[in-house]
Amino acid sequence: MKDLEDRQERIDNLKGMGCSRKRVEDARFTQGKGNYVDDVILPGMLHGDFVRSPYAHARIKSINIDAAMALDGVVAVLTAKDLEPLALHWMPTLAGDKQMVLADGKVLFQGQEVAFVVAKDRYVAADAVELVEVEYEELPVLVDPFEALQSDVVLREDIKDEKEGAHGPRRHHNHIFLWEEGDKEATEQVLDEAEVVAEEMVYYHRTHPCPLEPCGSVASMDKINGKLTLWGTFQAPHVVRTVASLLSGIEEHNIRVISPDIGGGFGNKVGVYPGYVCSIVASIVTGQPVKWIEDRMENLMATAFARDYWMKGKISATKEGKITGLHCHVTADHGAFDACADPTKFPAGFFHICTGSYDIPVAYVGVDGVYTNKAPGGVAYRCSFRVTEAAYFIERMIEVLAMELNMDAAELRRINFIKADQFPYQSALGWEYDSGDYHTAWDKALAAVKYDELRAEQAQRVEDFKAGKTRKLLGIGLTHFTEIVGAGPVKNCDILGMGMFDSCEIRIHPTGSAIARLGTISQGQGHATTFAQILASEIGLSADSITIEEGDTDTAPYGLGTYGSRSTPVAGAATAMAGRKIRAKAQMIAAYLLEVHDNDLEWDVDRFVVKGAPERFKTMKDIAYAAYNQAIPGVEPGLEAVSYYDPPNMTYPFGAYICVMEIDVDTGEHEIRQFYALDDCGTRINPMVIEGQVHGGLTEALAIAMGQEIAYDDMGNCKTGTLMDFFIPTAVETPHYTTDHTETPSPHHPIGAKGVGESPNVGGVPAFSNAVHDAFRAFGLRQSHMPHDHWRIWKTANDLGLHG
Amino acid sequence: MGKQIITLTVNGEKHEVAAEPRELLVHTLRETLKLRGPHVGCETSHCGACTVDINGKSVKSCTMFAVQADGTEVTTIEGIATPDGMHVLQEMFREHHGLQCGYCTPGMITRAYRLLQENPNPTEEEVRFGIAGNLCRCTGYQNIVKAILAAAAELNAAKEAAQ
Repeated sequence: MKDLEDRQERIDNLKGMGCSRKRVEDARFTQGKGNYVDDVILPGMLHGDFVRSPYAHARIKSINIDAAMALDGVVAVLTAKDLEPLALHWMPTLAGDKQMVLADGKVLFQGQEVAFVVAKDRYVAADAVELVEVEYEELPVLVDPFEALQSDVVLREDIKDEKEGAHGPRRHHNHIFLWEEGDKEATEQVLDEAEVVAEEMVYYHRTHPCPLEPCGSVASMDKINGKLTLWGTFQAPHVVRTVASLLSGIEEHNIRVISPDIGGGFGNKVGVYPGYVCSIVASIVTGQPVKWIEDRMENLMATAFARDYWMKGKISATKEGKITGLHCHVTADHGAFDACADPTKFPAGFFHICTGSYDIPVAYVGVDGVYTNKAPGGVAYRCSFRVTEAAYFIERMIEVLAMELNMDAAELRRINFIKADQFPYQSALGWEYDSGDYHTAWDKALAAVKYDELRAEQAQRVEDFKAGKTRKLLGIGLTHFTEIVGAGPVKNCDILGMGMFDSCEIRIHPTGSAIARLGTISQGQGHATTFAQILASEIGLSADSITIEEGDTDTAPYGLGTYGSRSTPVAGAATAMAGRKIRAKAQMIAAYLLEVHDNDLEWDVDRFVVKGAPERFKTMKDIAYAAYNQAIPGVEPGLEAVSYYDPPNMTYPFGAYICVMEIDVDTGEHEIRQFYALDDCGTRINPMVIEGQVHGGLTEALAIAMGQEIAYDDMGNCKTGTLMDFFIPTAVETPHYTTDHTETPSPHHPIGAKGVGESPNVGGVPAFSNAVHDAFRAFGLRQSHMPHDHWRIWKTANDLGLHG
Repeated sequence: MGKQIITLTVNGEKHEVAAEPRELLVHTLRETLKLRGPHVGCETSHCGACTVDINGKSVKSCTMFAVQADGTEVTTIEGIATPDGMHVLQEMFREHHGLQCGYCTPGMITRAYRLLQENPNPTEEEVRFGIAGNLCRCTGYQNIVKAILAAAAELNAAKEAAQ
């Protein structure tokens, strides 16, 4: 008993996997001692600011910088003409397209970068922006992707005659690609012969990740030693270094990219923006450090948007509700340049996870990418690449099918779930789902909210409404989502040719503490806390004795960064594997110290023990010291390891979410009475951090579903450029969430973890939206577009004739 | 543009600084006085990342000119800790995981610091209303609210013990 207690105490002391370790990041953040990019202040630093286009589509007749240059304190004004000799007036996008760094002859969206002013402080730079005179000639504007595909108006004159794009043939001058997956013919045949078919256009509107810290960079070119240092809001600093080297011609070893603390990313900080490039060029030109920090309006108008998918779906089933086929065609509005952040071979990301949690025998997806006069982007806003679009699509189609079948939507899901014994499961669209137990999660969720009682209450509410006793309806929003994260296997996942592995390098110090560096970068996820926990469990040193460092390309090993919930599935795996290499060497050292054969030792929490003689052991601390102070035959001194982990597959987290919502038919207001979220992210590293991720992701989902959008008028004016117009929930609108979990480890991940950061956004959006739809189901509502703000809900009620 | 000399007492220390009439207080604090705790998130007073305490009131320093603060007492997140260590709010934010990326945190804690002086014993609803001028994109507020309520309980217990 005593031994067991001692052992438990040793486990507890590690603060390893499974415990709610408090975050090591918090001491500096709570005291205002974070170090974000705007906190980087260098001697002689200049400030950059953009002249931006007020028009969505216009030709540039002339640019006159004389008045701006005459202003005291202005150092330079850069235009495309200045960048052209360096071949930097355009740059490649992550999606195989190219985009203008500064407007080259024309502008294609409102807010586009036209000129870059460099001045001694940010106030003078802002003054000078006003003094740059640009003469525009307005051109016809295309904001509707369907119209764009028919229009004679050519948006991208630079490629108007190119019939072949980065992802195959282009059939119109505003067409980017058609990307297809699945068996089209077989799917169409199944739909033709089906007993029941439900058809719907599901629109997932344009929105924006809007992290609280906007994007920015500080470039410092040291002309004496030829070294460029670039600080910035980069979710993938190593890729930024490679891109910066390829673009500038500066050798990669002479570029140091540093992602300091990042004030939230959510996909917004994956892309490479003109501001980064201009700050570098300006530093090279002026010989002084140059800072560029965008303001909120610039962030919302010009940096990467998310979603904007028009998804036309058909789903077929037997009369009993067994799904037989799924067909989806997407019209994807990519804006002026195709700057989507997806793995190269997947121009529509992983949208073909859209068969969701269901065993659908045959399916087809086709995605048409289209240019319009809107800002470029298409990033994964708190989701893996286009996965939230896919989850929203299938979870809406299930609800529509349930209406068509006159069936309970929970039951329809249950009879179509992939069964636990079908894993690993091959989906009709080509994925291999690693593990899952959907029925268990679903039953647990339904029981937790007392689903049958809720349905009875809802039926009564409809009766009361019809009888004039209440003006409020009750919606029960169901979702069972399956995510696909952890990109990804190098054989088919790359960004600009860089395989999507990730990395961890560990050094154990003589006194038994350690530093580990990773290729990822935290933006609030708490990597410094949780990766130390993985390592503590693997190598038997307390997490408190392990420093985690990320984000400095001069010191950290190359990795593809943090987005798409890939840190735990990929870098977390690298951490475990590097830890195991440390342990393997430690075992040899322990064997020497204990004078036994390696095979006579076994690992126990924090030490190697001689089998059958528990009193004979060496702790990892003992071993660390020995690694540096003893000459051990056949073993190199030191204790270090590095792992570059190429994941064999993606991971497939899943969850069951239920939202209970009251809707006021007369005002369109809603109240979330209950939100239950069950997540299965495989092995749980830090339950406190997981819960925090779920709360945050759900709140971003609430924003998207209930009010947040990037909207344009017919002239291409962005109508949502400030936080007055762009909805971010406050503590008042945000409900209380109940979290729960099941735990189905990933069979191919070294510690079984799947990633969780993005699940709540992926599952949350359909849960909120389905609640709105469900409230009106009794009155025949099949589909209404998000965001479900008060006006739109009021309009829905009005269109259904509920206002008398 | 000409500069004016103003006097600010920041975190108990008196400073004379030169500022253009149009200079925002947040820039004076961050760049002249090197207090990088207050952050700029929106420049339209919606997000609250720049919240500081001026003469006993929460103020968004991104929409106040420095010259308007002439002669005032300013407290930033850097001035909230006591000589004995972290303020109980700072401790409770850590204890209850009330922060993630940390960008809203200085403003959020500075606001909560004033809120608990305005209302030492708030309900959950009052806390939610009281911090509605401070946006957080990471936490969904649930743990922030928990942290503030826990801090209120601790402060009240300490007050009672002292009496």
